[in-house]
Amino acid sequence: MMNFTLNDTTRFLLFAAVILTMPIWLIPLGGGYPDLMQKFAIYGIFAIGFNILFGLTGYLSFGHAAFLGVGSYAAVWSFKLFTMNVIPAVLFGVLFAGLLAFIIGFLSLRRSGIYFSILTLAFAQMSYNLAYSVLTPVTYGETGLQLSQQDPRLIDNLFIEEVSTGLPSTTLFGIKMSGYSGFYFCAVILILCFFISMRIFRSPFGLMLKGIKSNQNRMKYTGLNTRPYMLTAFVISGMYAGLAGSLLAVTDPLAGAERMQWTASGEVVLMTILGGVGTLVGPMLGAGLIKYFENIFSGFDNNVLTNAFSFLPDSVAEVVVPVVGLFVGGGWHLTLGILFVVIVIYLPGGIVEGLSRLMAMLRKRERPVNGNMKPQDQPGE
Amino acid sequence: MDNLVLHLDNINKSFGGLKALTDVNLQVEEGTTHAIIGPNGAGKSTLLNVCVGRLKPDVGHVTFDGQELTGKQPHEIAQIGVARVFQTPEIFPEMTLLENVMLPAFSKRDGAFRMNAHHQLSSQAEIRDEAEHILEDVGLKEQMLNEAGSLSRGDKRRLELGMCLILHPRLLLLDEPTAGMSRHDTNRTIDLLKKIKSRGMTKIIIEHDMHVVFSLADKVSVLARGQIIAGGSPEEVREDERVKEAYLGGAH
Repeated sequence: MMNFTLNDTTRFLLFAAVILTMPIWLIPLGGGYPDLMQKFAIYGIFAIGFNILFGLTGYLSFGHAAFLGVGSYAAVWSFKLFTMNVIPAVLFGVLFAGLLAFIIGFLSLRRSGIYFSILTLAFAQMSYNLAYSVLTPVTYGETGLQLSQQDPRLIDNLFIEEVSTGLPSTTLFGIKMSGYSGFYFCAVILILCFFISMRIFRSPFGLMLKGIKSNQNRMKYTGLNTRPYMLTAFVISGMYAGLAGSLLAVTDPLAGAERMQWTASGEVVLMTILGGVGTLVGPMLGAGLIKYFENIFSGFDNNVLTNAFSFLPDSVAEVVVPVVGLFVGGGWHLTLGILFVVIVIYLPGGIVEGLSRLMAMLRKRERPVNGNMKPQDQPGE
Repeated sequence: MDNLVLHLDNINKSFGGLKALTDVNLQVEEGTTHAIIGPNGAGKSTLLNVCVGRLKPDVGHVTFDGQELTGKQPHEIAQIGVARVFQTPEIFPEMTLLENVMLPAFSKRDGAFRMNAHHQLSSQAEIRDEAEHILEDVGLKEQMLNEAGSLSRGDKRRLELGMCLILHPRLLLLDEPTAGMSRHDTNRTIDLLKKIKSRGMTKIIIEHDMHVVFSLADKVSVLARGQIIAGGSPEEVREDERVKEAYLGGAH
């Protein structure tokens, strides 16, 4: 059944191709190693899910880190109690994040606008503090939840008799989830998540969410109950966050409360706005850019810069290197901050808007050259 | 007179010390157009707000076709079949005209909430056809892929009317549907409202423009200072001394 237009099919295939070929085209950019690409994919999932809530309904949650954290805890507990297989871990992560999202969403969605944001922030900080205090038996507080050799791993132990030394690693039916196999696992899930998000955007349900963002009054007087629509969107985006959290645990099987801190919630807001709120690929772009800055750009030190500017005469390079050095390495936050300010002011639609403007500009410039117009038809010549 | 479909019984509503509506009683016959006229601040919009559930009356009841509307949520009242065109058009400005009209069509088909994320808009041919049909009725089909926010005020009103019509309401409430329109646009809207008159829905219309009232209404009620002071056929009301006084007020 061909349910979506050709445009969407190509968009989806293009997205899948770009994600799967990341190990190739990221090499010249210095990011072609699996750990980082895994992070791109995981935070891409986080941001795509966040965008289903923020992009479609306009409800800005400042508490999505709570779902990320719960996803991680649930996944690590699944590793400890049942099996090192990642499938149950991911399912538990999604399930528990969904449950928490239902509770937080049910309460927070009684208010809108800034009050909604504050409520979600409060609930997330509450979760964060609970993880450090009352819930220590579950979360292991400051130490964080880790694997240990004494873990029961009930399902695994049914099949494997021998006791190995050292901690087991996460697997997908025997394939170790480290290095490239780990990345491809996350990449496939990311592509799946993108597909689901695209379907939601193009569905009647997605139209309802856009209606909520556009005019809630009209929704009500049209006979639509907005609350369950918003709650469903909230739970879906919470589940995306839980999925991302559980994948973080798949790559590195430990979970700590710092994952739930408000800065992590803020980060996903930045990713979404930077890439383009309410667009399909924007959140992925934003997530990739921020993670790239955090991991690669921050590694550029003065040695790298001196090499890069070695073509300049020494007298010039001595001035240029320290100035540029302010913006890279430890100063990457500064660059990101400036970029963020510039984008919010000049491109409210984020990178996606910038790209589409660029495309429009190029098309306009190309047309007189490549078009079928005869020279005498061209105006002003 | 058995086919009275809307009953407003003894409606009272006050805001603080201000009595907006006092003992308002109103019956509307099924399939007719009932105009409510009155000077500014007479409580006309408050009356509509009470009907659609935006406001809860302090005293009194609203019943539609035997169903109690008082105390119900706006979306529940809308699902019963009461639609409203607002004084300032309530549309979805960021969406295309087509989407603006398709959205209510889903409300009509699927009810107040349905989790239909697995379907795709592009596969809903029936809804799309119906929406295009309605847009043709209100004269906006050529622009159906434009953003609704870019429409002129008159076109926005027509769009909102289309969004209400696709709900196939049994009662349509129109709050000054021609306010701020040019004479030409007003006449077009009158024609449109006359066209839908034949569909047998009951309409309540609030209007200042007497030309519109006399073109459309079967019955007229006059509201002044929160009370209904006169009612009857348009001709009767026109001749009523109290009405003249209410409109001219203490001006002389």
